[in-house]
Amino acid sequence: MKQLSVFVENKIGRLSAVLDILKVNDVDISALSLADTSEYGILRLVVDKPDEAMAALKEAGIMVKCTQVIAAAMDDAPGGLAYLLSLLTNANIGIEYMYAFIGKAEGKAWTVLRVDDVETATEVFKKNGVAMHDDHDNYRR
Amino acid sequence: MWQEKIETMPREELEALQSERLIWQVKRMYERVPLFKQRMDEKGLKPEDIKSVQDLHKLPFSYKQDLRDYYPYGLFAEPMENIERVHASSGTTGKKIVVGYTKKDLSDWADCVARMMHAIGLSNRDFIQVSYGYGLFTGGLGAHGGAERIGATVIPTSSGNTANQLQTMVDFGSTALCCTPSYALYLGEAAEEAGVIDKLQLKAGIFGAEPWSEDMRQEIERKLHIKAYDIYGLSEIMGPGVSYECEYQAGMHVCEDMFIPEIIDPDTLEVLPAGEKGELVFTTITKEGFPLIRYRTRDICSLNYEKCKCGRTHVRMNKPQGRTDDMLIIRGVNVFPSQIEEVLLKVSGDITPNYQIVVDRVNNTDTFDINVEMSEALFADDIKTIEKTERLIKERLRDVLGISAGVHLVNPKSITRSEGKAKRVIDKRKI
Repeated sequence: MKQLSVFVENKIGRLSAVLDILKVNDVDISALSLADTSEYGILRLVVDKPDEAMAALKEAGIMVKCTQVIAAAMDDAPGGLAYLLSLLTNANIGIEYMYAFIGKAEGKAWTVLRVDDVETATEVFKKNGVAMHDDHDNYRR
Repeated sequence: MWQEKIETMPREELEALQSERLIWQVKRMYERVPLFKQRMDEKGLKPEDIKSVQDLHKLPFSYKQDLRDYYPYGLFAEPMENIERVHASSGTTGKKIVVGYTKKDLSDWADCVARMMHAIGLSNRDFIQVSYGYGLFTGGLGAHGGAERIGATVIPTSSGNTANQLQTMVDFGSTALCCTPSYALYLGEAAEEAGVIDKLQLKAGIFGAEPWSEDMRQEIERKLHIKAYDIYGLSEIMGPGVSYECEYQAGMHVCEDMFIPEIIDPDTLEVLPAGEKGELVFTTITKEGFPLIRYRTRDICSLNYEKCKCGRTHVRMNKPQGRTDDMLIIRGVNVFPSQIEEVLLKVSGDITPNYQIVVDRVNNTDTFDINVEMSEALFADDIKTIEKTERLIKERLRDVLGISAGVHLVNPKSITRSEGKAKRVIDKRKI
C-alpha cells in the first residue's frame, strides 16, 4: 500500500498548510501518524488518492515521498496487535515504524507497518491468513 | 622601540630600502617560482624592468587560488631543506593552503610581533599568555615567537578550556593576553562570573584574527581592565604582525620594511591614491620561503601615511571594513560559502540543496548556523535516516571548516530569494 510521508518544519501553521492542500484537492485521509523531533516532523498519511495528493503537495512546494508500507488487518480485540507483531518477531523482521487505526469494516482494525523486509513480512502474513490491503477502499467498506 | 632605526626610518630612506628589496625579490622569484616567471612573461616584463617601488604597479597580481593550484609547495622559493616550518589555513574548498618559512622568515616574523609588543609597553618582565590556537593556524606560534623575542615569559595555554585559562591567568600572573577579541570578551565575562577580575594582573591584550569594532574594544577594556590592541595578519603574507597598533591605537602600522601595501580598486585594478578605500594588496620583499608579489588580500581598507604620534614612519592601515569576496570570519576561522556548498553537494549526491548561512554574535561568541532546504535526496520517511544525514553534514562541515555549525533542515522554498537567487549569507553580527 502507498503511504505519503511529508516533511513538516516545526513552525506554527506548517501542518495546517499541508492539510489545507489535501482538503482543496478532496483527498480523504484514513490514517495518519506524526513523528517529530525538536525541529521538524514527518507526517505519514494513508489517503484515498495518493498519486493526486502527492502531485498537489509537490506543486505547492512541499517535500513529500511515497513509500510502500504493509496494511495488515487484525481483530479489534485484546491481543490482536500482539499476535501480528509476534508473527514478525518470529520471522526476525524489524519494524521501522508503525501505527494503527480502526477500520470501517466490522470488527477489524488495521495496522500500517514499515518493516525492513517487506517481502518476507508479506509472506509471513499470507501464510498465517492475515488480510492485507493495498486498496484504500477496502477498509472503508 | 624594538628596531628604532627601521621603525622610524624617514620615508625617503624607507622607500629606497623597499626598492632595493623589491628588486632583489623580483629577480629571485623570476628565477625560482615558475608561476611568477610565467605571469611576468605574459606581461612582457623582465626583472630588470623593476627599478624601484615606483614600478610595483607593473607587476602581476597573485591570488589565493594560486596557493590551491600549486598546493602544497609549488610556490616556495627555497628548497625544502631550507624550510623550517609550514603553516596552513583552510582554502575556499576542501584543500588547505600551505605556507613555508625559512629560519630568517621566522626571525623576521618574531620581530614584527616583537615591535608591537614593545610598542605597547611589554618587555622581558611580562608574562604573556598566548590563548590563540597552536598548530597549523599562525595565531598561536606567531604570537609565541614575538613574546619569546622580547624575552617575556611565555605562557602557551593555546585556545579553549576557559576555566583553565582563568586559573592559569590568576596563578601564573599573566600580564598580557593574546587571543581573538571575542574570546577576550568571553574570558572577561567568565572572570566576572568567577569573581576573579581583581586577582588578574593583566594590563594589555593583543587581539586579532577576526573583525572587531571600536565598541567591542571599549567593552573588552572595561571588562578586563586592560588596554586592547589590534593586530592584523594573514598566513599568506606572514601571520599576525603584518600590521599592528602602537600605544596610540590609531591604525595599524604595516611592517613596511618587509611588506609593501597598496590599495587598489577591485574592479579596475588601478592603484588608488593614498587615503582612499579599496582592496589591500601586499608584496613581501624580505620573505624567502614563500614570497608573494601583489597578493590580493580581499580585505577592504585604507592607508594613512601621516606620521604617527609614536614616531613610527610606517604607514597605518585601518581595520578592514569588509571583503571583496564572500569570505566570512567566524570564531577566528575563515569560512567560504563554497566550502559549505561542496559538503552539501557531497552529502546530497546530486544537486546542492538550497542553503543559507546565518551568523550572529550571542554572548560575545559567534553563532554559526546553516539552514538547508529539505530536498528529495535528503528526505526519508523515517527520522533515523534524516538524523543520520544531518549528522553527516555536521561532521563533514567540521572536518572541512574546523569549526562546528548548527544544521537545520527547513521546508523547501522557505529560504528567501531575491531575483530567483537565494541570499546565501545573513550576518547579523554588528561589528
